[in-house]
Amino acid sequence: MASFKPTKIQVYPKLGEKVTQDTLYWKNYKAPVQIKEFGAVTSIDFSPVTPHNFAVTAFTRIHIYGPFSQEPVKSFTRFKDTAYCGRFRSDGQLLVAGCEDSVVRLFDVSGKVALRLFKGHTKAVHLTDFTSDRYQILTGSDDYTCRLWDIPNATELTTYTEHTDYIRCGVTSKLNRDLFITGSYDHTVKLFDARVEKSVITMDHGQPVESVLLYPSEGLLVSAGGRHVKVWDLLKGGQPLVSLKNHHKTVTSLALSSNGQRLLSASLDRHVKVYNTTNYKVVHNFDYAASILSLGLAPDDASIVVGMTNSILSIKHRKNQEDSKEIAGQQRRRPSYRVFVKGKNYVPKQDDYLVSKPVKEHLAKYDKQLQRFNVSKALDTALGTYIRFRKPEITVAVIKELDRRGTLKNALAGRDERGLSQLLNFIIGNLVDARFTPVLVTAAEMILDIYQSVIGQSPVVDRQLLRLQDLVKREIEFQKDLLEVLGMLDTMFASSLPRKEVPCSGIATLDWV
Amino acid sequence: MVEHGDIRVVHCGGSKINFRDPVITHDSRFLLCASGEAVKVFSTSTEECIHELRGHTGLVTGVLLRPSNHLQVYSSSLDGTLRLWDFTDGILIKTCVIGYPIYSFYASDKHENVIFIVASMPSDKRAERFQLVAVHLPQSGDQMVEAQELSAVLSGVNPNPAAIAFGRGGEFIASVNDLQLEVYFFKKQKSYRFFLKEDNKKGGWNTFTCVACHPKDDCIATGHEDGKIRLWRNFNHKKEYTYSTLHWHHSTVSSLCFTPEGTNLLSGGVESVLVQWRYNQESERDFLPRLGGAITHITVSPDGSLFCTSHSDNKITIIQSCVKVSAVIQGLVKGDSIRTDLMMDPRSKALVLNGKPGHLQFYSLQRDKLLYNLDIVQQEYIHESGLQQFEVVKAAFDASGSWLATVEERHQKAAELELNLKLWAFDEQTQSFVLNTTISAPHDAQITAMCFCQPTDSQTTLLVSTSKDGHFKAWQLAAPAHTEGTDDEGPSWLCDFVSAYHGLVPECCSFSADGSLLAVVFQEVVTVWSPSTWELLTTLSQPPGAVSDLCFGRLSCSKYLLGTTASNLLCWNLLTCSLEWTTSMDVRRLVADPLSENMAAFCYQSGSTDLFVFKPSEPRPLFSHKAVCSGKVTQAVFAPREEMLESCEESSQWLNRSQLYFLTQQMDLMTFTTKAEEDRLLASSKQLVIDDSVAMTPFYLLLGKHRQQQQEHQDSDSSLWAERTALPQTSASMKELLQTPAHVLPSTSYLCSMFVQSLLISVSDAREEKAHAEEEMESEKEEEDSEEEMESSRSKPELAAAAATESDTPALTKAQARELRRVRKLDHSWLAGLLDS
Repeated sequence: MASFKPTKIQVYPKLGEKVTQDTLYWKNYKAPVQIKEFGAVTSIDFSPVTPHNFAVTAFTRIHIYGPFSQEPVKSFTRFKDTAYCGRFRSDGQLLVAGCEDSVVRLFDVSGKVALRLFKGHTKAVHLTDFTSDRYQILTGSDDYTCRLWDIPNATELTTYTEHTDYIRCGVTSKLNRDLFITGSYDHTVKLFDARVEKSVITMDHGQPVESVLLYPSEGLLVSAGGRHVKVWDLLKGGQPLVSLKNHHKTVTSLALSSNGQRLLSASLDRHVKVYNTTNYKVVHNFDYAASILSLGLAPDDASIVVGMTNSILSIKHRKNQEDSKEIAGQQRRRPSYRVFVKGKNYVPKQDDYLVSKPVKEHLAKYDKQLQRFNVSKALDTALGTYIRFRKPEITVAVIKELDRRGTLKNALAGRDERGLSQLLNFIIGNLVDARFTPVLVTAAEMILDIYQSVIGQSPVVDRQLLRLQDLVKREIEFQKDLLEVLGMLDTMFASSLPRKEVPCSGIATLDWV
Repeated sequence: MVEHGDIRVVHCGGSKINFRDPVITHDSRFLLCASGEAVKVFSTSTEECIHELRGHTGLVTGVLLRPSNHLQVYSSSLDGTLRLWDFTDGILIKTCVIGYPIYSFYASDKHENVIFIVASMPSDKRAERFQLVAVHLPQSGDQMVEAQELSAVLSGVNPNPAAIAFGRGGEFIASVNDLQLEVYFFKKQKSYRFFLKEDNKKGGWNTFTCVACHPKDDCIATGHEDGKIRLWRNFNHKKEYTYSTLHWHHSTVSSLCFTPEGTNLLSGGVESVLVQWRYNQESERDFLPRLGGAITHITVSPDGSLFCTSHSDNKITIIQSCVKVSAVIQGLVKGDSIRTDLMMDPRSKALVLNGKPGHLQFYSLQRDKLLYNLDIVQQEYIHESGLQQFEVVKAAFDASGSWLATVEERHQKAAELELNLKLWAFDEQTQSFVLNTTISAPHDAQITAMCFCQPTDSQTTLLVSTSKDGHFKAWQLAAPAHTEGTDDEGPSWLCDFVSAYHGLVPECCSFSADGSLLAVVFQEVVTVWSPSTWELLTTLSQPPGAVSDLCFGRLSCSKYLLGTTASNLLCWNLLTCSLEWTTSMDVRRLVADPLSENMAAFCYQSGSTDLFVFKPSEPRPLFSHKAVCSGKVTQAVFAPREEMLESCEESSQWLNRSQLYFLTQQMDLMTFTTKAEEDRLLASSKQLVIDDSVAMTPFYLLLGKHRQQQQEHQDSDSSLWAERTALPQTSASMKELLQTPAHVLPSTSYLCSMFVQSLLISVSDAREEKAHAEEEMESEKEEEDSEEEMESSRSKPELAAAAATESDTPALTKAQARELRRVRKLDHSWLAGLLDS
């Protein structure tokens, strides 16, 4: 005598992205904190010293936020026009920023008024940075020039006029005080050496360059412009290494995760993509509400800060691992749970004699009802709110089982308006899911057969039936289109089949009979 | 004639054990049931078949304990005889010839020496009418008696044994037929008839199906087609009879039975639920659900401690009276059709075919026992007629037996075909198959064929399935995706390659022995693919007719590819890609022996099937057998033998390494045996007389030892007398004396003289010689008969005769040569050493 065999719930392959180590890592962030700024957030820079405050440049202001505060700990508001590119010095003491009015300002992080003003550019300054010796400032401007300034006496040291279009991005070397890189709208990225008068290496990006990034080892350079992100090998004289085209709008900002294993790129297409830096495959993707202009990553990936065109600053903090553990611990400590598991997790010792107990088979509620042939009740159970929304495959499996038993009609019949509309809702919601279609179409046909005499009595049900009709009509049209495409592809494949001749020779005919 | 005179077609794999209701003996230790032409005796505790009572020449239609002696049992058969057996020792005591085919029979305590049989009487009209006839058994000591005194009791009865029952130990007999219940009282010699209306209002169906009588009370229980049970009382009055109705079953009640004390009524039907009703308290019921197939018979042991139910899936379940299953005797399940082919499990060497709905059965051919059923569908089986269930339609093993692929399908009217492809991995720990992957809807239409890549050494296992949707797909075991997810599963099967050929429907596929080639038949075109690159290497076509079966040659014949069409057997040479030879015959099934180059082709010709065994490289068949059976053979398989035969005759050499099994249209499993094999089997069965049910008493030991000695003596004698065939078995009477149980022997004084005579040295015992001569003549006659049969079955003997003369002489010389070789190989050094000393 066999025991009751429970309804088999089909395991469907999980759709969408696969769960990898990366997705787990990058998903481990809390819900974002959103802060409204005064205008589009053009730049985000993290302070290199703890507590890793970050400067957010938006419209005419620069706000400095602490790691967990939602209010700015400091603001710099003395700009006459739009500010650009607020950056910290490597000791976190000074902050430099460009401005639309072509003046570059240097602030003390604790002060309010600009310590120095660097005047000399004729147009807006979009690029500012400190050199690694901390005494000089690099600036790049829309007047096609980039300049080096001396901080103590606020004088201009050198001017480079090699670019032929706006300079919008650049970076200084952290290892060498004389090297810096600029990217321009003339499609080139140039590596300058302050000891010589000219650029050392010129790389052609192909699109107006929006952002450049140096690897910590400074052997590799990443540039972003247009839809492309390109990686260059500086040690080989600026040889292109990889070209990535994963965004469908201009890439605006780049960042490296703190261990240098992952590269992040943000784009106007509202996505942030995470690349593996060994094979340059996209391993994760973040979606945002608006086009992204700037991206910042805290040391140790503790938070991801994104600035968008709709002047929203979004901050995602990493989930603390101790937090989650604590929650689990709390659950275990609950007394009712302790009573429940009492003695069940006892591990037998070596000399213990084990008395085996027949394992009581647990059947789901709908299975118990199916076992008693209570078909309507079983269907009701399977249509319960939780199962219906969270696990539609169970509902579909029960419908299928009822159909197999030949009792689906009995189970569907005899429902009131509420029950029927619930059922129809479920069918409308899941009918076009290819995994459920065959089962639900049968059920829908049966419902129409059973209830055709009462159509017109309930406006709710009638509306749903019309929706169902619409849905089916649309789906049929989709399928037709798809079949057409398939037919086109078949013709293409068929024309590429090789043909071979078969030799024919003498045949011996035997007669056994 | 001589060519394959020693190769015979024999039945194998047990016959039905659920044909008639089984009988449990008084001590509840044995269960007897009719099985084909024999009665099988099973042990109720170990489920083993202890012995078979053989002797009937027709289908056995009933088994009954003799009311006056509970160690003896009657059996009836369609051959028109009743036989009385001693079932503990398996000895035929008496044969009673009736002369009419017996469909069922009954006996009761009150009617001594009377047996009631149901036989079809050659009546006036065309319709067959069955009569219940009382037979007075003649009292005589002879082995063979003829029953003379026949008297009809009731006419127009149902031949179904469940339709007649004795009441109150034989005071009356109740018989149901159609819509009529007839009760006949023996004392009053009067019968009462009760009729039911054909159809009542609620769509019920009142036809009687079975009847049972209460052993103590005046109460008759009848079962009906609509699932109702009626309890009739007061039936010795014409008008004032009453009945009450019990209704639980939703369809036909097929069997009813009262327990011996009459406290409970057992009923069963299609639902496969045993229902136990309390007598007089019918609202209290006990159920035993999910017993297997539909219940066909229910019986209770005479002491009421055991129930047993027979099921439609050739199974007998023994149930303790506390409604708990204690043992299951399962025979080979034969459905209406075997949709999966016959297969061999490479690991257990068991025959695999589909049996119970949704199951694959593993049947051990050596032990003639069902090993186990593998549940493929894993769904609750709903016992309801007219319901479309999932059925296992295809199955395939890989070469090492570590993977099993099954296809199940369910086809509903007006709905899509539901298909599942399941792959099962063999689990070493549990020694059974464990589900690895389920692929739902692997194809859009039915799968026509499926095969695994054969070579055992390759790491990747490959499965190819062909479908009516015009595609064939290759499935491969893929390593698990390297995810560090929550519960990581092992490797699973994925689709590796899909292809089609000009929109034609692929019919079958086959891998070459080394796995380097895959041949797929697309109707008339055979396409050959390379599985490593999935490149179409070549196409072979032979214009008329679609190729229906395909087989690669093996070992030295691996360059050949064989195919069959409706009218031809074709052999292609793969090296030249051309047709090597062809012969015109309607081959229905082509099977290759996995251990040799041999192939067997079953071809259908004018109503019967012929067998040809051949090597693809040789123009002549090795063996041919005309008219193996009537009807078509579509399923056959070569089963490797456990130990090789040492036959050197050319015609039977092909049976040395493996045995050929096939299924006839009547679902009989048949095989070919050689004479040598039969002899060996007989010898081994003779040694197996030890009955495991007999206790090991000192007396048994003494007797057993004696018997053994006797046997040894006989063996040595027989070896001595091998040349002088004419001598009789000396101690026939002695044997009779020792083997027949004491209670059936005649008086000792009668036996004494016989016994003493047998001990005398018979120099010229005229009587015995004469008897022996008679025996010999009989056997000769038999041989002649069989010869005639064989000859009549052969349509063209001249070819066979020619072949026979060919094969005879070289066989002899071969044997001699082998003997010579063996003598040469013997170590004679000891002789030299002896001489030296």
